[in-house]
Order: sequence, then C-alpha cells, then structure tokens
Amino acid sequence: MKNKVIVIGGGTAGMEVAGQLAKHDCTVTLLERSAETGGHVRDWYHLFPDRKDSREVINYLENLIRHKSISLFTDTDVNDIVRENDFFVVRTSDGKELQADAIVVSTGFDLFRSERKEEYGYGIYDNVISSADLEKMFRNDEIKLQNGNIPSKIGMVHCVGSRDEKVGNVYCSKLCCVTAVKQAIEIVKRIPEAKVFCFYMDIRMGGALYEELYKEAQQDYGVNFIRGKVSEVSQDIDNKLITKVEDTLTGRPLKIGLDMLVLMAGMEMAESGQKIALSAELDTGENRFFKATDLHYGSNKSNKNGIFYAGTCTAPMNITETISHARAAVIDVIDYLNDRSN
Amino acid sequence: MQFDPFVIPFNIGLYFILIYAVVRCVLWFRDLSRADKLRLQRGFFGRPFAKSLKEIFMESLIHRKILKSNFRLGYMHMSLAFGWFLLILFGTIEADIFGTRHLNPPYKAIFFKFFNPEHGRNGIEAFYAFIMDFLLAFILSGLLLAVIKRFSSRVVGMKKTTRLKTLDKVALTSLWLIFPSRLLAESFTSAAYDTGSFLTGSLGSVFASFLPVNELAYPFWWLYSISLGTFFILLPLTRYMHIPTELFLIFARNSGIRTGDHYGAFTEIQTYSCSSCGICIDTCQLNLSTGITDIQSAYLLKGIRNNEDVKDIANNCLMCGRCDQNCPVGIELTPIRMIMRREPETKSGDNGFFEKYFPSHVKIPVPKTNGSLVYGWLPAVKTTKAEVLYFAGCMTHLTPAIKKSMIKILDAAGVNYNFMDEEGGVCCGRPLMLAGKYKQARELINYNSKIIKQSGANILVTSCPICYKVFRESYYLNIDVYHHSQFINSLINEDVLRLRFLRKKITYHSPCELGRRSGVYAEPKEVLKHVGRLQLTRHEDENAYCCGGSLGNMHISYAQKKKIASDAAKDLTRNNPDILATACPLCKKTFSPVTETPVADIAEIVAEAIILSHPDKKNYSKVISLKEPVDISE
Ligand code: SF4
Ligand code: SF4
Ligand code: SF4
Repeated sequence: MKNKVIVIGGGTAGMEVAGQLAKHDCTVTLLERSAETGGHVRDWYHLFPDRKDSREVINYLENLIRHKSISLFTDTDVNDIVRENDFFVVRTSDGKELQADAIVVSTGFDLFRSERKEEYGYGIYDNVISSADLEKMFRNDEIKLQNGNIPSKIGMVHCVGSRDEKVGNVYCSKLCCVTAVKQAIEIVKRIPEAKVFCFYMDIRMGGALYEELYKEAQQDYGVNFIRGKVSEVSQDIDNKLITKVEDTLTGRPLKIGLDMLVLMAGMEMAESGQKIALSAELDTGENRFFKATDLHYGSNKSNKNGIFYAGTCTAPMNITETISHARAAVIDVIDYLNDRSN
Repeated sequence: MQFDPFVIPFNIGLYFILIYAVVRCVLWFRDLSRADKLRLQRGFFGRPFAKSLKEIFMESLIHRKILKSNFRLGYMHMSLAFGWFLLILFGTIEADIFGTRHLNPPYKAIFFKFFNPEHGRNGIEAFYAFIMDFLLAFILSGLLLAVIKRFSSRVVGMKKTTRLKTLDKVALTSLWLIFPSRLLAESFTSAAYDTGSFLTGSLGSVFASFLPVNELAYPFWWLYSISLGTFFILLPLTRYMHIPTELFLIFARNSGIRTGDHYGAFTEIQTYSCSSCGICIDTCQLNLSTGITDIQSAYLLKGIRNNEDVKDIANNCLMCGRCDQNCPVGIELTPIRMIMRREPETKSGDNGFFEKYFPSHVKIPVPKTNGSLVYGWLPAVKTTKAEVLYFAGCMTHLTPAIKKSMIKILDAAGVNYNFMDEEGGVCCGRPLMLAGKYKQARELINYNSKIIKQSGANILVTSCPICYKVFRESYYLNIDVYHHSQFINSLINEDVLRLRFLRKKITYHSPCELGRRSGVYAEPKEVLKHVGRLQLTRHEDENAYCCGGSLGNMHISYAQKKKIASDAAKDLTRNNPDILATACPLCKKTFSPVTETPVADIAEIVAEAIILSHPDKKNYSKVISLKEPVDISE
C-alpha cells in the first residue's frame, strides 16, 4: 500500500513538497485555505534578482502538482491534527477527517499589515502603499497616484514591521531590501524621470547577485539610498507626503516631500500557522515562526515525530531557498516512512 | 499616691514620645513655606480643624477606606487602632471614676488593674470590667490577624505584604507583646483576687488551677510596661511613626497644603505617614502583570525615609496614579515620585543616634532655566489670528488618523482655528518632566508659550492627554486648555456638530494622564454616548487600568509593556465591544497590536459619525469657557 501524506498549505513550499512526494510514490493530499494555490508568488510581478516573471514559477509549480497521486482541496482550513496510534487524523473546516502517515506543514508567512505602523499613514493617506500593492501596479502597468497623476518622487521605506521591537518583531525579513532595490529599478524603468529614495537602516544584500543589483540601481538608475529611519509621515494640502527621516550618515534630521511612499512590509508567521501550532502543540520560537528541532541539520523536523516543516513557516526565505527547503523536507518524510515500515 | 517601679519604663516611653512628637511638629512647621504656614494657622481656627478631627476619627481610627476596599485588612487595622484608643479612653474614665483620686497620671489608667485589683466585683463595676475585657478581646482578635498576615498575607485578602527592616522587627515584637502581656498580667491578678470579667476572669481561673498566679502577675506587669516603653521609644525610627504623623498630615491636607513640585516638610510628612499597608502593591499593574514587586510606592517611601538611593525605584513606574487613588492615607504618591526623579542636590548619610531621630532631609530644588530662549534658532511658526489654537502633539503626529479626524471635525463645526504644529512642532515638555529633566522641559515650555501667546487665541485644544496635563499645570498662560474630547463635547452641546448614531458597542479606556492625573472622566463618555452604545467595563474611571505604554517608564522591556497592555486590553474587551475607544494617541498605539478589537480614538469615531451638511448649519462661535468668565464692568 502507498504511504499517505497530507501537505498543509499550497504555496511554493507546499506545491513543491506535494509534487516531489508524488514522484516518490506517495499519495498526497494538498490542503489550501484560499481558492487558489500559489501563495504569495501570485501577487508578485517580477522576481529578484533576475526579474523573472513570477508566472514562470507558478507554471512550474502547477505542472508539478498535476499528478494522479495528488488530490487538491482548496478553500480548506485545518482545524486540528491528532495522532492516533501510527497515523494522523487531520480535521478540516468543512468537516472532513483525513488520515495520513505523515504530515508536512507549509503554512508560509503573512505579510506584515502596514496599518499597524500608523505613523507611516498606510490606509490613512492616499498615496502610501505597500510593496505588495506596488507589485499589483506593475502587473496592471499603471503606477499612478490616487488622482491619476504619475508620481515623480517616490520613497521606499525599509524594515516596515521587521527589526522593530515596538511591533514585536526583532528579526530581519531578509527579502525586503532586495525587493526595494528591484522595485526601485522597475519604477525608474517605467518612469525614467522619477526620483526614487530608499530609506534604510542597513542594506542587507546577502543573496546571489543581490549586491550586483544594488550597484546597478545606483549606477544605472540613479536610485538614492538614504541611511535613516522614517519617523513620521504627514500630508500637506497638495497631497504631498511630508516624510521625516533621521539621516544617520550626516547626523541630521531630514524632511522631504514625496508623491508616493512604498512600505517594504516584512514577513510574519502566518496566523493560520499559529493556530495549527496551538492545536497540534508544535513548538514555536520567540519570533513566532515554527521552531525546528535543529537549526543546522534538522530544519525540517518538528517536535512531533511524523510532522515536518517546509518553507517560510520556519523563517523568512526567498523562492530559491523555499524550494530547496521543501525538497529537503521530502527526504525527511521518505526517511521517516521507510524507517516506520522496516 | 500609688506607685510601683514597674511603671517607669512606660513613663519614660510615654513622655519621650509626647515630647518628641511636639518637637517634630514644630520642626516640620518651621520648614513649611510661608504660604503653607499661613494655611495651617488659618486652618487651626477654621473649618479644616473640625474636618480633620472627623477624618482622623474615620480614617486613623476606624480605617473606613481600608475597610471598604478589603474588609479583613480593615478590621485588622481598626481593631488595633480604634480598640486601643477606646481602651485608653475607657481606662482613663475608669481610673477617674473608680480610682482613689481624680485626674490621675496616665499610668494609672494603663495599669488600673494592678493598682485596683479588687475592682469589678459587682454592679456597675462588673459591667465596666466587662467593657474593658471586651475591648481587649477586640484588639486581640485584630492582633491575631496581624500575626497571621506576617506569615501569610493571603489570609487578610492581600497578595503581598511589605518587607521589614530590623528595627521594625523589634518594634513589631514589642507591639505584639503589649496586649498579650496585658491579658496575662490582668488574668493573673484577677485570679489572685478572684475578680475579672469574661475574658481575664475566666482565663485567670483556668491558670489558677495549675499555675502560681500570685507570683506570676508581677513579672507580667513589668513585661507589659517594658513592651509599651520600648514601642514608644523605637516608634520614631520605625514605620509606626505613621501613627502620629498621619494626624498631622490630615490636618495639613485639610488646610489646603499640597505637594506641588517642592520637596519639603509636607513631602516628608507624607513619607512618614505611610502605614505600609501594602494596598499600593496590590493595585500596581507592574505587580499584577509582570510580577515586579519591589518598586511600588510603599518601597519608594521607605527608601526615602531610610535615606537610600531611590533613583531606580522612582524611575521604574508607569506614573499611572493607580496607587494614589487607592492609598488609604491619601498620600500624593505620583507627585512625590516625580520629585524623586529629579537630581537631589545634597545627600547626607544619617548615621549618628541623634540624626536617626531627627534626620536632615534631602534637598531637591526645582530647576530653573536662565530665561534665554534655547530653541530660538527654530524657524518661526506663523499663526494667523484665530479664536482656537489646535496643538496635535508629537504622539498624534504618529497616529495620523487622529489628526485627520480632528481636522475634519473642526472644519465641519466651522471652527476658526490655527493648527499650531501642522508642520511639526516642539514637544510639550511632559516626557522630559517624567524623566526628571525639569530644566530641559522648561526650555521647551518657554518656546511653546511664546508661540501660544503670539497666536492671541483664547482656547488651546490638544489631542494628547500628555500635552493637556502639562499645558494646564506647567504653562503659565491665560488661556483655556481643552482636551479634544472636552472640546468635541462642547461642540455637540452647542449644536454645531451633528452626529449620527453608529449602532456600535463601544468600551472606553480612560487614559491615565487624562483621567486619574487630570480628572477628566465625564466628557469623553458623553461624546461616545452620542455616537454609539457605551458599555461599562470592570474598571471604570479612577480604577481604569493603565495601557502600559506609559512614557513614564523607560526601565521595563517592550515585552513587559506588551504584557501589561494585553492584560488591560483583555479586561476592556470582555464584553466583545465593536470598538475599543480611547482618548490618547499613545494608548491607541499601545493597544492596537495586542487586541483583535479595532482600537480608535474618540476623534476618529466622531469624525466617522459626522453628518456633513445639515440645513440650518450654525457655525461655532465661542464655546462656553471652562473658567466661568467674570464680568467686572458693572
Ligand atoms: S531585509 Fe532589509 S528591509 Fe527587510 S528587514 Fe532586513 S534590513 Fe530591513
Ligand atoms: S503608600 Fe499608601 S497604599 Fe502604599 S503602603 Fe503606604 S499607606 Fe499603604
Ligand atoms: S503609579 Fe502605577 S505603576 Fe507606579 S507604583 Fe503606582 S500603581 Fe504602580
């Protein structure tokens, strides 16, 4: 008889896990709480560092899960997970009771809700948007202000909801810096006369080809990088966003009028993941993400034998890392299933 | 004349403490400011004196406030204080009526039984003896509670009891010995003479059955006298000093003396008036939510009394004022803490014997600026002539939804106003004050005062309770200061602001700086009742919790603040309101991340409910002034 595995969460990690497990002779049930698989990648336009169209990744993933051993349930939330002797029972929001030999949790992340940093005026001022909103504008090919005008001065705020003790997230989301660089370039490409300012605390360019992209942004696209934290934003009568920044390189406060402000929202443990952590008694770290048994060689294993993690439900990751992490999870699952049948 | 050497310890103690109390009062009086001296003199010949007598009776003897908040603890304090008072009173009357002479020295009343062992056999005498026994039993019951409280404070309904220093322990032991030794001494004497009422009589006969009561009585009368004497002599060095001091405090307070920002005799009187009841520890959220139990006001006052460095204690506090509100002695705890946050000028170690009884007190002067405008280099703020000046405040600039709503409200009501810090402004000064930086705060105050004066406005409206408090109390301006909740309320009452009903359940969180620290409770609720269904919470008005975001505490971590905030939010949202309303940008910022319930400032809720154009729209003319205008023309 084939082994059954349930994968919770149909984003990049979950789809990759499902596809690979099916290839390795498992019967997979993939549960997705929204109407569509694909997760956050669907909302993104181009991916860093090579500006690949995100649809290419989605196509790859969709092909991967088109497999006779994979059954997909969308609009399905997980209520709880119980272990019964040798197998697990997963109860879903629509009353299903599914059985499995192993479980992979790939609930991913939530984008930080920028309203929570009220001082930046998201949801209050017309032209304060989030990085996700900007991606949508790219996709629809219209970077416009609320009144239909084309913005000429645009600010990008780094570390919104990350590295911020006041909102309870002390960690770095790792991707927003390079996202800002990528988006800044994209803006200048579309609006050549636009001036873009990035307000950062540190620039973190730790991935393959990131630093090169950062250099390109400065040399070829004239993006301004200002080291300083945005303290508050207000709006004047002309709807200009008066942004106050402490320029920590020159040591002086800075006030700058902008047309549009883009908030680089950080990544947080998904709320759905937190619920599962509670009901299945899975360990989470101080940053609320799932806590794997070992940071070095056990990053896919949970504190419950037979339940595994894949992707950004354990920490912020880019797509390359997510896919690698998902594939690693598959090996752990297969190991576990083999050990059990011996 | 009846006399026995055993009364000597008592006599020494008694006369010592009486003389000491008088000297100390004189010293305190001497240290008061001229104005306060006058207040006291006037008070002595006026109503305050009578009022004080009543208050002393209700609070120092009956302990009404403690009784109300915690019956068992109140009973303990009452039985000891009121019981002892009655025992002395009835004892004196007893000695006067039944003794050999009238107008006896005090020891005659205290040791009446020793000198009149035959007293109380029958008739009126027996009845009187019964009363005296009853009073003793009353005191002993309270004493029993006190002993139990020392070992397990939960019995009297408290979570924490105060910690003691060595001298306190000696004094406490002598206090504890007083009444049991009196009980035994009287019982033995009664047994020997076959007198005594239900308590001393019956106990005496039990003892007599197996003990040589005749020989035992005398040593116990000695013990009784020594315990009393020791207690009196140690009293000024221990926390029991609160007993005589509180009387002075009550009188001074009723005469109109307040702490203000001076450290002087009145502050000292208050520090000595603390009975270490521990109620402040029980009401403090730092204790309730984060388990910090060594910074509460009882410890602050103890530290000041012992001349210790209290900087860390003084600074680790939310300045929420919940303890002030609950302190049964009515000590102005938060103002005292504000003073202790400032740099003391002199600090003397009181080590000698004499200094222990008459400690020199710390000097903490009110810092002054040299008058020059430190922020003169800032670009000038231009204001046009308008009736109302609106000051949003730094915190409101960090919560732009509130600012935006206020502008909408002011415009809708047709108020002719100037936005003082539209382009950003200078801080009101309160955060620096809370940090003990008075001088620096005054520099900000001077700068802002100049702008406010130049604006020519008659009304200053602010959105932030932190600014509101400092504008009202520390700016010397001839202008009416309103918090926006008060201003909105008067706009509604004047009918220039028409609102629709939002059909939402709202709970209101009363911000510390607006509520407890400034006394504004009613107006925000009035406003909310206009736009939604106001739900009551478990901790209303002066009992409201602090949101935990206080600028007053830079000691605790964000995690601890968050814990306080989420505990408070949980308490506020027990009835599942649709909106958790507050009237302070800082409270809003603190609550938003810790609760699922949407958090909104009053201004935002009102702005949402505005009916924009109603036909017979009036314009705001001039809101009724807070201070009643006085017409002196005719
Ligand atoms: S990646 Fe950059 S913007 Fe994102 S949290 Fe880290 S430092 Fe901040
Ligand atoms: S400060 Fe007040 S409440 Fe606190 S222990 Fe002293 S008397 Fe009691
Ligand atoms: S003011 Fe508030 S935080 Fe400070 S000691 Fe009193 S109750 Fe505790």
